[in-house]
Amino acid sequence: MIRHSLLREFSLFRLKRSVLLGIKSLWMHRLRSLLTAMGIVFGVCSVIAMLAIGEGASHEAQQQIKELGSQNIILRSVKATDATTAGEQERSLILEYGLTYRDISQIQATVPGVLVTIPAREVKDFIWNESRSIDGSTLGTVPWFPEMRNRSIVRGRFFTEIEMNTRAPVCVLSRSLARHLFPLTEPIGDTVRIQTSYFRVIGVIADDPAASSAGEEDKNGKPSAKQSAAMEMLIPISTLEDHFGEVLFKYRSGSFEAEKVELHEVTVRIDEPDRVMPAAQAIRHVLERNHKKVDYEMIVPLDLLRRAERTKQIFNIVLGSIAAISLLVGGIGIMNIMLATVTERTREIGIRRALGAKKKDIVVQFLIETVMLSGAGGVIGVALGLAIPLIITHFAEMVTIIEFWAPALAFSISVITGVLFGIYPAFRAAGMNPVEALRHE
Amino acid sequence: MVSPSHSEPVIELRGVEKHYQMGDTLVKALQGVDLKIFPGDYISILGPSGCGKSTMLNILGCLDQPSVGQYFLDGLDVSKLSDDDLSQVRGKKLGFIFQSYNLIQQLTVVENIEVPLYYQGVSEKESRDIAIELATRVGLGKRLDHRPTELSGGQQQRVAIARALSNDPSVILADEATGNLDSKSGGDILGIFDQLNADGKTLILITHDEGMSMRTSRTIRLKDGSIASDKRREEVAR
Repeated sequence: MIRHSLLREFSLFRLKRSVLLGIKSLWMHRLRSLLTAMGIVFGVCSVIAMLAIGEGASHEAQQQIKELGSQNIILRSVKATDATTAGEQERSLILEYGLTYRDISQIQATVPGVLVTIPAREVKDFIWNESRSIDGSTLGTVPWFPEMRNRSIVRGRFFTEIEMNTRAPVCVLSRSLARHLFPLTEPIGDTVRIQTSYFRVIGVIADDPAASSAGEEDKNGKPSAKQSAAMEMLIPISTLEDHFGEVLFKYRSGSFEAEKVELHEVTVRIDEPDRVMPAAQAIRHVLERNHKKVDYEMIVPLDLLRRAERTKQIFNIVLGSIAAISLLVGGIGIMNIMLATVTERTREIGIRRALGAKKKDIVVQFLIETVMLSGAGGVIGVALGLAIPLIITHFAEMVTIIEFWAPALAFSISVITGVLFGIYPAFRAAGMNPVEALRHE
Repeated sequence: MVSPSHSEPVIELRGVEKHYQMGDTLVKALQGVDLKIFPGDYISILGPSGCGKSTMLNILGCLDQPSVGQYFLDGLDVSKLSDDDLSQVRGKKLGFIFQSYNLIQQLTVVENIEVPLYYQGVSEKESRDIAIELATRVGLGKRLDHRPTELSGGQQQRVAIARALSNDPSVILADEATGNLDSKSGGDILGIFDQLNADGKTLILITHDEGMSMRTSRTIRLKDGSIASDKRREEVAR
């Protein structure tokens, strides 16, 4: 009723004074304020840090899966592990298993949406450069393999269709393999040897991103899967047939192994991402019909991606609950202290009311204190929350990703917590009878 | 001295009663109080404990409202005002001085004096100037940035007086203002009161100390919630 416009004019100045007053009151009880804010500090800091770690981990996994190609379905031949295999092996000496050209032609004929298939055969044996050697895998495949599998050519070039048709003895080394066999010299133009065949190196290709994820996926227990997948040499599939024939022999520390595998790996490219899952189902049916034993495995990167996303969702829910609980605890701590503060400062409230403070002035005063307490906690929490992922990245060499919204979200939640848990004490303070408040000891 | 009866009263109580419910019984702390206080009055309200002094102070100070009757402060009927408007009236028209000083511990001398001005929305610079001037007037010009705990009782009470003066109130209410002080400091405080009244301020001292009536120009005695006597002592004041 009196000087309303004036009051509005001074509202900013009053806010500034209220903030200063709040700082003074909080500063009077430094330790108490610090301890009260701790709840919020840890809440905010853990939210940001955990989000950053979780985001980093899932980003890495998703990146690897995406590099496999989200429109691809990858089929691999594996040795069936059931008991019948052993019996058969004894009879025939030559172990016959895996994907066949028949599978491929059926998949291409019956499964809708199949754009292209990339067959590959593999020979696992030592790869030599003069006296240097490594137990790696030699993959016979087609010229469009790098494009379909999102593998980049690091140096030189990949082999061409002409080279495949002419069964040229050329090869492309994976980066790890090139580094191992040619630590000091340029591999391109040089030759490598497998058993008795020589191949001219024409290019270097990036390592297989599936090496690690496929290794994890491999339930049949091949301990060297990861290593041999990284140590990889690519040659035209026709060249591989020429040099190594249908039956692959392996001599390992005195034992002899022979196996007949038509195709070790087939990559099926589907035209639309939406059709990947149904196509995978259809391919599974075709393979189940053709194979009595499960001597193949199917990797659907899209499925892995979805599973990774679902894992991330669960992670986020867990994280969210932890955050909510820690902030709730922090909020309760703040409310507890503010209620004690209000009781302790009953006299002050009475004085202020006697000297002209309205109820809302008291509410604002205590709310500002609570918000400053939680806000300060939030700021410290954000600072710690930003520092911890950096420290983790530095010392544990883990990828951490701080999303720009994470600190903002955590901070605003801390302030909102302050307001929510400050409202009750503030109203309790304002609701006091000035006469009784003044008499309070 | 202008004869008080010729000017408008600054405070007028008409048939004021205050009732409290204490368990099953209704306690009448004040009964049928009629009172006119004029600008420039220097009044002591006396009486034994339980006579309704505190209730009187609460009502006069707009901290409480009468159950029955009307209270006009500067012509405004405050007996029916809302809580916010009562706060506004207290901050604008009244100055309080308490027995236990009631300073805010985390604020300095100047900041304590500024509290009423803050709620009136006076600008920072203006209120600071007023506070420094008042602090100097009560003899605390060299202790502007001290906290209440660093001051003696007499000094704290002087801060309280400066605070009561800061909003230039119509009436200053003092509740046992010297009750916690030794006779020397108490005497100093009363000297300040005399000076304020001489400057034209309206003062109401609420006390149980009979000696006060010797200083003030008007003495009101309360007994069992009503006014037992109301005497002017203009001849003594002179």
